[in-house]
Amino acid sequence: MANQETINHKIHHLAEQHRRHEAVRKIQRLAAQIRKDVVLMIGCKGNVGHLGGSCSSADIVAALYGYKMKLDPKNPGWEERDKFLYSKGHAGIAQYAVLAELGYFPKEDLLNVKGLGSRLQGHPDRSRTPGVEANTGSLGQGLSIANGMALAMRLDNKPNKVYCIMGDGEQAEGQIWEAAMAASAHKIDNIVGIIDQNRLQATGSITERFDTNPLPEKWAAFGWHVIEIDGHNIEEILGALDEADTIKGKPTAIIAHTIKGKGISFAENVVGFHNGALTQEQYETALKELDEQLAELDR
Amino acid sequence: MSKTQSQRLAYGEELVALGRENKDVVVLEADLGKSTMSYLFQQEFPERYFEMGIAEQNMLSTAAGLAVSGKIAFCNSFAVFAAGRPYDQIRQTISVGKLNVKICGSSAGMSDFGDGSSHQAIEDIAIMSAIPNMTVLTPCDAEETRQCVRAAAEIQGPVYIRVLRNDLPDVLPEDAEFHLGEPRVLREGSDIVIFAHGVMVNKALDAASELDEMGISAKVVNICTMKPFPYEAVAALARGKKAVVTAEEHNFIGGLASQTALALRGSRICMDYVAIGDTFGQSAHNHEELLKFYGLTKEHIIKKVKELL
Repeated sequence: MANQETINHKIHHLAEQHRRHEAVRKIQRLAAQIRKDVVLMIGCKGNVGHLGGSCSSADIVAALYGYKMKLDPKNPGWEERDKFLYSKGHAGIAQYAVLAELGYFPKEDLLNVKGLGSRLQGHPDRSRTPGVEANTGSLGQGLSIANGMALAMRLDNKPNKVYCIMGDGEQAEGQIWEAAMAASAHKIDNIVGIIDQNRLQATGSITERFDTNPLPEKWAAFGWHVIEIDGHNIEEILGALDEADTIKGKPTAIIAHTIKGKGISFAENVVGFHNGALTQEQYETALKELDEQLAELDR
Repeated sequence: MSKTQSQRLAYGEELVALGRENKDVVVLEADLGKSTMSYLFQQEFPERYFEMGIAEQNMLSTAAGLAVSGKIAFCNSFAVFAAGRPYDQIRQTISVGKLNVKICGSSAGMSDFGDGSSHQAIEDIAIMSAIPNMTVLTPCDAEETRQCVRAAAEIQGPVYIRVLRNDLPDVLPEDAEFHLGEPRVLREGSDIVIFAHGVMVNKALDAASELDEMGISAKVVNICTMKPFPYEAVAALARGKKAVVTAEEHNFIGGLASQTALALRGSRICMDYVAIGDTFGQSAHNHEELLKFYGLTKEHIIKKVKELL
């Protein structure tokens, strides 16, 4: 009997492992698709786009939309949904990509990003884009907005969560720390702040400007539960998001170590692709690399 | 002399009354609740009151998050900190998104007389009026303040309410109804019109009484809705008059003087203003002392009228 139980347990464990493995692969695929859509949106006609920070946070965005968050793409205003905010609103094109992939609006709309009258503005605009929860773009304000959403959920007895991605350059904005203090003062435990620590900002490395390090110590000192992860390791991202669910009475900060421009060889760790244009050659190379990644994941 | 009432107390009391009727009303405060009178709401609805500390920018963005979640969020601070410090937060998320955030700029104008220029808002109406989607209300007495709180809750979108620190004489007739964007004629007159808001409304009425004794018939109009500004109604009220004078406790740039001049463009009516020059305030022992120093008295209004005629 004991033997049979052990075997059953092993089978269950293997099935669980397989399920997790498939979930990870699905998220990796969604992340690669986000990166590809971002490249398609930027194009090679001389338009600039925030490639670097979109790609550094793409795996986290994919994990949130593809695994963690309660959503209904057919009903963006669903009362029971979790909420996501890009405080670093310039990476909004990565959110546009995932929203289109999930069916919030037609995929062809992506190609008119930043066009006159487009529903997809240069920075997230709630009134124009289904699935965008608030207008961001002026840095440092998203976490405060997320706090307000989380407080409203608490008042309404909703079990939902608010997820807010910030940049590490953005940590120089004083309002981030006002919001950090406010969240712990009000014991907001239905908020998860995620810092996309890609170590580069618009014009150079963060350490050469305001060195916003050490982030884990700072967030802990402000009363947050801190989890440090590799922001491109899906298992670690999922683990951190699940761990946040268990933390009560205080907010959770996930410090995600990332690579700016991740997934596109020539753009990785290159400042110029913070908000850059792609040449025809770069455009084609990027698409080729991302198609290869997608094909590998589909095998 | 008519009865006086505290404008900020009326504000706080009406907020509580509103909270009783509407559970979606929430209040945020930046550590000045005893001055803004938002603490009255805290006493009755502690769970819907958020003390946000000395962090106005965070307070406004947090209110934005509450508002997109269906709440009507009233934010409180002194006008100089409510309209100035979180300007970008008000613009970027609240106003662009037409969110239901109501901003009470308390201790406005020079009514925080002792604290000096750092605490005196002389440009708040101009800042708030220049932001698309914003409604700007400048009540002239306690009753109108209550009406503005009500109106703010009903308006879909951001509203700035300018409230003074001191007691103001009751100037509205008891049965006066509030209509957004509608100037209120408080005294009829045939020769000239005086448009005023806030503390200057009562002074305009006093000026009109004295002008009457001099044989000049002055109409007095209270402009509470500074935005959307009633350009057409103001032009209509001025039509056929010999002159127009505006009176306000605000920089002449971007306030009632500027807006009235725009309303009268294309007409031949001569106009002048009583307002704060393009200058900051300073400390004094009382509000009236400052109003006199900066040229905001009944006498200054009378002088402007006589110069124009």
